[in-house]
Amino acid sequence: MNYSPLILSLKTATIATFIVFVTGVVLARLISRNSFRGKSVIEAIILLPLVLPPTVVGFGLLYIFGKNGFIGRLLLDWFDFQIVFTWYAVVIAAVVVSFPLMYQSASAAFRQYDPNIENAAYTMGASKWRVFWTISFPLAWPGLLAGLVLSFARALGEFGATLMLAGYIPNVTDTIPLAIYFAVESGNLEAAKFWVIIIVALGFSAILWLNWWSKRNMMRHVQK
Amino acid sequence: MLIVEIQKRLSHFELDVKFSVANEIVVLFGPSGSGKTTILNCIAGISKPAAGIIRLNDTILFENKKVFVPIQKRNIGYVFQDYALFPHMTVWKNIAYGMQNESFVKNLMKELRIEHLRDKYPSEISGGEKQRVAIARAIATEPDALLLDEPFSALDNQTRVKGHEELLRIHKLWRIPIILVTHHLEEAKKLGNRILYLHEGKIRDSEMNANLIQS
Ligand SMILES: Nc1ncnc2c1ncn2[C@@H]1O[C@H](COP(=O)(O)OP(=O)(O)OP(=O)(O)O)[C@@H](O)[C@H]1O
Ligand SMILES: [Mg+2]
Repeated sequence: MNYSPLILSLKTATIATFIVFVTGVVLARLISRNSFRGKSVIEAIILLPLVLPPTVVGFGLLYIFGKNGFIGRLLLDWFDFQIVFTWYAVVIAAVVVSFPLMYQSASAAFRQYDPNIENAAYTMGASKWRVFWTISFPLAWPGLLAGLVLSFARALGEFGATLMLAGYIPNVTDTIPLAIYFAVESGNLEAAKFWVIIIVALGFSAILWLNWWSKRNMMRHVQK
Repeated sequence: MLIVEIQKRLSHFELDVKFSVANEIVVLFGPSGSGKTTILNCIAGISKPAAGIIRLNDTILFENKKVFVPIQKRNIGYVFQDYALFPHMTVWKNIAYGMQNESFVKNLMKELRIEHLRDKYPSEISGGEKQRVAIARAIATEPDALLLDEPFSALDNQTRVKGHEELLRIHKLWRIPIILVTHHLEEAKKLGNRILYLHEGKIRDSEMNANLIQS
C-alpha cells in the first residue's frame, strides 16, 4: 500500500486550514462588525466559491495561476517556478474552497456577543491588540473552532478544483479524494475502499471531537 | 468638569444637546429612544458626534473634525445598560482588567460587598451583584468621570434602593463628574444634583416637560 495520498492530504489540508484560519479570522474581525459601502459585494465575493461548482473555481484558479495567468506568469518569469501540477496547487485549491466556510463561521462568531463587552474593555484603557486577545478571540473561539474543523474537512475533501489546478500526479498531487476517483476508474476497488474508509473515519472523528469539545466548553460559562 | 456639546443626526430626530457637569451627579432623564445612550456613547468615544465639543477637565476629547481622542485614552468609566461584564472572566478578573491600584480595588470591593464573589463567573451571580461588579469595574480604573446607563433598571425595589445609597456613597468618596441615565423620575430626583430632561434629542429645562414626557 502506498500511503502518499494520506500524507499529502493531511499535509495540504493542514497548511490550507492554517492559512484560511488566520486570514479568515482577521478578515471577519475587520469586516463583520462594520458597515461600509461595498460590504455586501465583498462578502458575496468571499462566499462565491461556496456556491460555484468546484470545476468553475478550478477554471478560475487556472486562469490566475496557469502559465499565462496573471500570477502564474509572474512566478514563471521571476522564479522560473510553475505552480500548476505541484502540491502547492493542491493547497491553493483547498484554501479557496474552504475559505468561505471559515469566513462565515468567524463572522458569525464575532457578531454573536454584545459589542459593548469590547467597548467596556476599551473604556478601561486596553489596547486593540489586548482586547482582541483577551476578549474578542476567547468569546468567538467556539465559533472559530467550528469553522476551523469545517474548513479542514472541506480542504481534505476537495476534488474538483484540485483536479483542475493540480492534476493527478501520483506521489505529487494524489490526495485521497483523487486517489479514490482514479482507483475506481482503473478498477482497483480494494484501494478505493481503503481510502473511502480512511476519509470517512477522519471526517467522523473530526465531527465527534468537535461536538464533544463544544459540549464540554458550553457548560463553562453559559448565561443562565 | 465635563463639558458636552453634541450634534448628531439619529434615525428619527437630530440630537442637539449642551450641558456641563461639575463634580456632581447629573441625571439624564427621558423616555426610551430619546438619545440618552447615544450621548453617553459620544462622551465615552464609542460613537462620534457630527459636530460639537467634549471637554473633560483640561483635555479636549472631541472637537468637530479636529480632535477625536480614542476610547482607550479618555479615562472615563462606563457602566453599560446591560452591564457588559466579561462572561468568560471571574468577578476578580473583570474588575482587575483595567486596575490601577490593587489595594484601592480591594477596598472598593469591600465597600460594594462583592469580595466574596471574586472567583464567581458573571453567569453565577444575581442582577444586583452584577450591577455592583459593573460599577466596581468602571471605578477600578480610577476614571476622571463616570457614566451610568440605567444601572438600576433591572433590579427589584429593595436592591435598587441599596444601589442608590451605594452610588451616593461612592460619589462622596470619589468626587468626579457622574452622569446617570434613568427613566425613573423618583430615582432622578433622589440621586441627581441636577436633572436634564431629554426629549427627542433636545434638553427641556422645565419639570413640567418631565411630567409630559413620563405620561
Ligand atoms: N448609531 C446610530 N445612528 C443613528 N441612529 C441611532 C444610532 N444608535 C441609535 N440610534 C437611534 O437613536 C435614537 C436614540 O437611541 P438611544 O439608544 O440613544 O436611546 P435611549 O434614550 O438610550 O433609549 P433607551 O431608554 O431605550 O435605552 C433611537 O431612535 C435609535 O434608533
Ligand atoms: Mg439606552
